[in-house]
Amino acid sequence: MSGLLLVLLVALIFVVLYQVSRSSEMVASIQGEEVFDKKRNKWLGYSMLVLYVAFMAGIYACHVYMMPLMGPAAASDHGVQYDMMFTVTLVVTGIVFLITQLLLFWFAFKYQRRDNQKTVFFSHSTKLELIWTTIPALAMAVLVAIGLKNWFAMTSSAPKGAMQIEMVGKQFNWISRYPGPDGVLGKRYFTNINDQDNILGLDWKDAKTKDDIVLATGELRLVKGKPVELIIGSRDVIHDVGLSHFRLKMDAVPGITTTLWFTPLYTTEEMKQKTGNPNFVYEVSCDQMCGRGHYSMRAVVIVETQAEHDAWLAKQQSYYAQNHPEEFPVTPAPAPADSAKKITMNTPK
Amino acid sequence: MSNEATLHHHDVHSDDHSHGHHDHGHHEHKQHFLTKYVFSQDHKIISRQFLITGIFWAIAGGLMSVFFRLQLGFPDETFPILQKFLGEWARGGKMDPEMYYGLVTIHGTVLVFFVLTGGLSGTFSNFLIPLQIGARDMASPFLNMLSYWFFAVAGVIMFASLFANTGPASGGWTSYPPLSALKEASMGSGIGMDLWLVSMALFIVSSLLGGLNYIVTILNMRTKGMSMTRMPLTIWAFLFTAVLGVLSFPVLLSAAVLLLFDRHAGTSFFLSEVFIAGKALPNVGGSAILFQHLFWFLGHPEVYIIMLPAMGMASEILSTHSRKPIFGYFAMILSLIGITVLAFLVWAHHMFVTGMSPFLGGVFVLLTLLIAIPSAVKVFNWLTTIWKGNIRFTVPMLFALGFVSLFISGGLTGLFLGNSALDIHLHDTYFVIAHFHIVMGISAFFGMFAGIYHWFPKMYGRFMNNTMGYIHFFITFIGAYVIFWPMHYEGVAGMPRRYYDYSSWESFKQFADLNQMISVAAIIVFFAQLLFVFNYFVSIWKGKKLMDGNPWKANSLEWTTPIHPGHGNWEGEIPEVHRWAYDYKDDGNGNDFIPQNVPLRDGEESH
Repeated sequence: MSGLLLVLLVALIFVVLYQVSRSSEMVASIQGEEVFDKKRNKWLGYSMLVLYVAFMAGIYACHVYMMPLMGPAAASDHGVQYDMMFTVTLVVTGIVFLITQLLLFWFAFKYQRRDNQKTVFFSHSTKLELIWTTIPALAMAVLVAIGLKNWFAMTSSAPKGAMQIEMVGKQFNWISRYPGPDGVLGKRYFTNINDQDNILGLDWKDAKTKDDIVLATGELRLVKGKPVELIIGSRDVIHDVGLSHFRLKMDAVPGITTTLWFTPLYTTEEMKQKTGNPNFVYEVSCDQMCGRGHYSMRAVVIVETQAEHDAWLAKQQSYYAQNHPEEFPVTPAPAPADSAKKITMNTPK
Repeated sequence: MSNEATLHHHDVHSDDHSHGHHDHGHHEHKQHFLTKYVFSQDHKIISRQFLITGIFWAIAGGLMSVFFRLQLGFPDETFPILQKFLGEWARGGKMDPEMYYGLVTIHGTVLVFFVLTGGLSGTFSNFLIPLQIGARDMASPFLNMLSYWFFAVAGVIMFASLFANTGPASGGWTSYPPLSALKEASMGSGIGMDLWLVSMALFIVSSLLGGLNYIVTILNMRTKGMSMTRMPLTIWAFLFTAVLGVLSFPVLLSAAVLLLFDRHAGTSFFLSEVFIAGKALPNVGGSAILFQHLFWFLGHPEVYIIMLPAMGMASEILSTHSRKPIFGYFAMILSLIGITVLAFLVWAHHMFVTGMSPFLGGVFVLLTLLIAIPSAVKVFNWLTTIWKGNIRFTVPMLFALGFVSLFISGGLTGLFLGNSALDIHLHDTYFVIAHFHIVMGISAFFGMFAGIYHWFPKMYGRFMNNTMGYIHFFITFIGAYVIFWPMHYEGVAGMPRRYYDYSSWESFKQFADLNQMISVAAIIVFFAQLLFVFNYFVSIWKGKKLMDGNPWKANSLEWTTPIHPGHGNWEGEIPEVHRWAYDYKDDGNGNDFIPQNVPLRDGEESH
């Protein structure tokens, strides 16, 4: 019922508006169309100026409101390059934007219809056309050059000694895998997957899988200043590893392996201080529509120092060991001081 | 009956001199309602059918955006009205995520294809091509009629999919597999997806029938004297729009057919190594990325299929209402050609983050940014067109000016997204939403509104109400920027698109108030569009009557037809053309324009 009333109300408003508009046209015909049109045209000419001023003021107000809400500066070395390139592009496009919008509204105002105003029959000018073909072409050349330099740097192969971590998407969470002490991610294949004891489909016949550490939360543990290469995959549909603080993202496609590397610059603790937000956390978002739970497909990145990372790693049990407890003696050994030893102990024979 | 009427009708049609028969009051054989208004072969009726169908879909698609903006702006509230419309999908007034994604998907699909392709180029190509080149109708009026009815059936099927018990397609308007290929992956990938694919296939047929007709008509049926370089820019724009459609839509058809095979015939074109719903699927060897290539091979030209008609109409309207010739007519044509060629060479810039070869990515960056050059030339030419003009701020002129403003704003942000090193962060964030809504959503809509207000007097012999038109313009122009400008910031902060709720994200939840403001603005703008619809329909019957056959004092041929042209457009001979379409200059009798059918004066050079 209320819905019907709403519809009626809207219809009523429209009818009233229409009648008011009609009466303004009646006024026009009483005053004489020509006089009325001229008056209105003048008003609208001035409204172009008002619109332009409001437009620019709105942009400024929006900027002032938004800037405190924006996230912190980039937290990876790629991201620093990204931020610089973004600024350059913003300056180039900003200048064009301001000039062209100003001309548009200014011309509209300046050349509003006036009696006895002569228009100029100006239908082409090869010189002008050449100028404004060349200038954008040069500007584009600059932007392309900067872009490609950064693009090839970002997509180059990861430096030697980079950490390798696998990130696998599934509806609707991430799974991360660390290579363990042998430093190599073992083979996996989708037919081996089962949700009880092999969520990634690791191939146990490959000995290199047996020390791999799997986190069902998708947590990424990175080391400050150490390059990391993400090996990205998907179990079901396309997902996308979105790392907004690091200014990077890459699709996770079933049947295809993609990669992404970067070097984190600040630990999570440092970011908490930089942003003044005690709850600050690096987040991994899924940036490719993947179904009902797409919006909740979240994982956390923890950037820490090498020492913290080693200590954390030392406490991890391999995924194989977690799921094959019978093969391992139940000896929860006290955490030894040397983490490397502990890892050796856990390594399956 | 209808067969006989059609036959007879053709007899009349073939005889150029008997068109008086179609005048009111002289009907010796009154056409049946069905053949005159429903299964009509008159391009002017068909164009109105496209337009009104487009308006229906624009309201439906707009209403969907209002619903999902309610969710985005007010994620903690419940809205009983949602339950009224969505029933079980919004029990207690809280929208289900599946329906949220369904609405997002159908909103995108119908606005891109049904409104801004069918509704825009279907309407104006049909209406203006014969009228502006001086032809009695399309090359094949029958195919033209079929084109509309395929479109209508596609629409019926799409509409029916909204009522599927598993919901409409919900994988985004791009429908990437495997999500769209596997019914286990989401509810929308059930029957809703099949209906989506069938509907799209029919739409493609409609688009091809229309496009071929437009090309043939423009190339072969120009009146005497109407050389290609005398055509209004609208016609050039429609020509390239049709070329783009004819060459790229079939590729989408192949993608749709292959996807149907993957869904039902056990093939693996797009599927490989998928584990879903607790079991590993047998499909190996396909590529999910292949679909994206096929999709964007249409998807990118599609952007220009939407933009070019708006550009053409804006050129015509800016020139007419500034009382000045379009500046750089040949440069405008060259830039249209440049855009058309490049449109086919940039599709993979939608796929920079799929893990494609970095070298290939580099090539696509270069080609993508090249498009900025013809686009910039067009903008500078529009600005020079109004420079030193004598501007009449009619409603169509305001919308054309708004079109230029929005095209600049949205076009420039394309330079961020087309550059892969920036796209790698901005991809699939709100920056993309802001960019394409401004440049191909709102700005194309502005071109379309400008066209509707400008040619409404030709369509119906009456004017639309001016005051309501001005209100419509100011609310829509300001609203468009209020809605989409702040989204750039959200995107720069990395806020992903297609999220149902951001409140649990530490990185994005600070935008909650902003999202609320955007939703309120979107709802206001939606109602302003209803105002336009109201104005449109009321004005068909109640609008101010046209007294002068050439109300805007324009040069092109459509204004030389009678106020209510019958099927065949001109009574008697089709006018001969002697000059280009932009002779806005003193005709020696105190007029500031010289229509195309006026012979050259002594000593006057043709353009």
